[in-house]
Amino acid sequence: MFNSVALDMFSTGLLETLYMTLVSTLLAYAIGLPLGLALVVTSESLSKTAHITNSILGIIVNLLRSVPFLILLIAVTPFTRIVVGTTIGSTATIVPLVIASAPFIARLVESSVKEVDRGVIEAAQCMGASTMQIIRKVMLPEAKPSLVIGAAIAVTTILSYSAMAGIVGGGGLGTIAINYGLYRYKYDIMLVTIAILVIVVQIFQEVGMKLAKIGDRRINQ
Amino acid sequence: MADPQNKETNKIILSIKDMGKIYTSKKNQVKALEDINLDIYEGDIFGVIGLSGAGKSTLVRCMNFLERPTTGTVIFDGKDLASLTKKELLRARQSMGMIFQQFNLLMQRNAVDNVCFPLEIIGKTKKEARIRALELLELVGLSDKAEAYPTQLSGGQKQRVAIARALASNPRVLLCDEATSALDPATTHSILELLKQINRDFGLTIVVITHEMSVIEEICHRIAIIDNSHIAETGNVIDIFTNPKTQIAKEFVFPGGDKLDRVVGSRCCEIIFDGNSSYEPILAKTILECKAPVNIMFANTKNVDGKAFGQMIVQLPEDDILANKVMAYLRNQNIIVKEVEAGV
Ligand SMILES: Nc1ncnc2c1ncn2[C@@H]1O[C@H](COP(=O)(O)OP(=O)(O)O)[C@@H](O)[C@H]1O
Ligand SMILES: [Mg+2]
Repeated sequence: MFNSVALDMFSTGLLETLYMTLVSTLLAYAIGLPLGLALVVTSESLSKTAHITNSILGIIVNLLRSVPFLILLIAVTPFTRIVVGTTIGSTATIVPLVIASAPFIARLVESSVKEVDRGVIEAAQCMGASTMQIIRKVMLPEAKPSLVIGAAIAVTTILSYSAMAGIVGGGGLGTIAINYGLYRYKYDIMLVTIAILVIVVQIFQEVGMKLAKIGDRRINQ
Repeated sequence: MADPQNKETNKIILSIKDMGKIYTSKKNQVKALEDINLDIYEGDIFGVIGLSGAGKSTLVRCMNFLERPTTGTVIFDGKDLASLTKKELLRARQSMGMIFQQFNLLMQRNAVDNVCFPLEIIGKTKKEARIRALELLELVGLSDKAEAYPTQLSGGQKQRVAIARALASNPRVLLCDEATSALDPATTHSILELLKQINRDFGLTIVVITHEMSVIEEICHRIAIIDNSHIAETGNVIDIFTNPKTQIAKEFVFPGGDKLDRVVGSRCCEIIFDGNSSYEPILAKTILECKAPVNIMFANTKNVDGKAFGQMIVQLPEDDILANKVMAYLRNQNIIVKEVEAGV
């Protein structure tokens, strides 16, 4: 089975999976990071508009988070067609991946930033720092180790979502596993795809943890 | 105790008028401050002392409008803080440094970068900020720790970095909320010395919030005693120390004064040293002159520049004639003597 055709198939699958995962992660952070910060800032402000904004954002995030990915994947196909022009292939899969993971990332970011010591934020307020300065110079740098760990979790979650998209022809390793393992009973090929997926997840996880540790001045000089 | 050479002018830098603060949550309301009136003079080291929960932190947070008072006004450097726009308020806060019990340093920045932080906030370039930050670290005696991260510093060192940071934007006032409460006595002393030095050298107004009378004694000129959301007493530290009027002030001045309850029935006399007598062994002389034993129930005196401040409570002899003799002798000395009921 491991002839050059199979190797080609695996490497194309792997590249597609990495492409979907990384591009989706980037786009999802572009939405999820500001959304998470907005959740924190609006929850700490005393103004009424902030309070209402916080509730609305919270409801949207929770709604999206409670739709199972497989259902979301199918439900957003009309939207995917508008954006990408097709509903199959790895580029098309990026759309549901971003929609599903952005709210998840918002919550990850929110919980990381909320771990930052209130006293430190208060000290910055005392020095006359504006909200934007506090976000840029206090919240994000102080939460960095936790944010990096969150990013590792996000990447691996998006990777496993991308494999799920194989059911609807999403491309990448997921599609290979389903086409060969499920429809043609080629268990050896399925096992290899699983092995590759496991290794990739491990690598992301390990790299994330290492980066978080290296960057953390609380334990590292 | 009070520094006799304080550089106090009579310009009021911070004035609080009829201020009150009520914390409102969905379920209940907490009255944290009521009827607060305070004037803090430029160059003063002003102390606010009170028990835990009295409202000290709320008071200091109202001074820089981190909390907005529910009623009343706060006037800083001639400006009513409530009338300022958001931007002007941030600007005003840049003229008020603050240090905290928990130091509140940025954990991901080293000492010098922590001091750079407020300079970045006011728009200094990285280079300018770093030069000034290094100068400040030198001022607080931490030049050798410029590159150290907070986790590598002791409590006292962290507070020194915090002081350097608070001074970076050249504030008019330094607010200290329980700044020495997490430190051991020796470190507390060294931090208070540093604050005194900064007050003396730069004439910086300092507001010291504490629950410890020893801190007040060591550096404050004027104080306010805050009890149960109200100001119980304000005045010069010497006046309050020698003649506390309210119950709460007495408790701070006579810590453990309740021990006097044990001598119910016997005659006691309170001796007040108000700085008019020299610091000499008055009691020993009394005992020798009257040939009568006296029992010291309580003593809290300080020797400032050879003058005695504070008070003492002594139990008089059982014998009335002897007791009267002792009283008569003491009254002839240059001190204030009052016969008191046991139990202050
Ligand atoms: N953010 C807050 N919300 C509600 N109540 C508060 C808040 N901060 C302080 N309080 C209450 O106000 C009172 C005074 O607190 P505080 O000013 O912290 O006292 P202190 O610093 O003297 O210990 C306390 O009863 C406290 O529980
Ligand atoms: Mg407090």
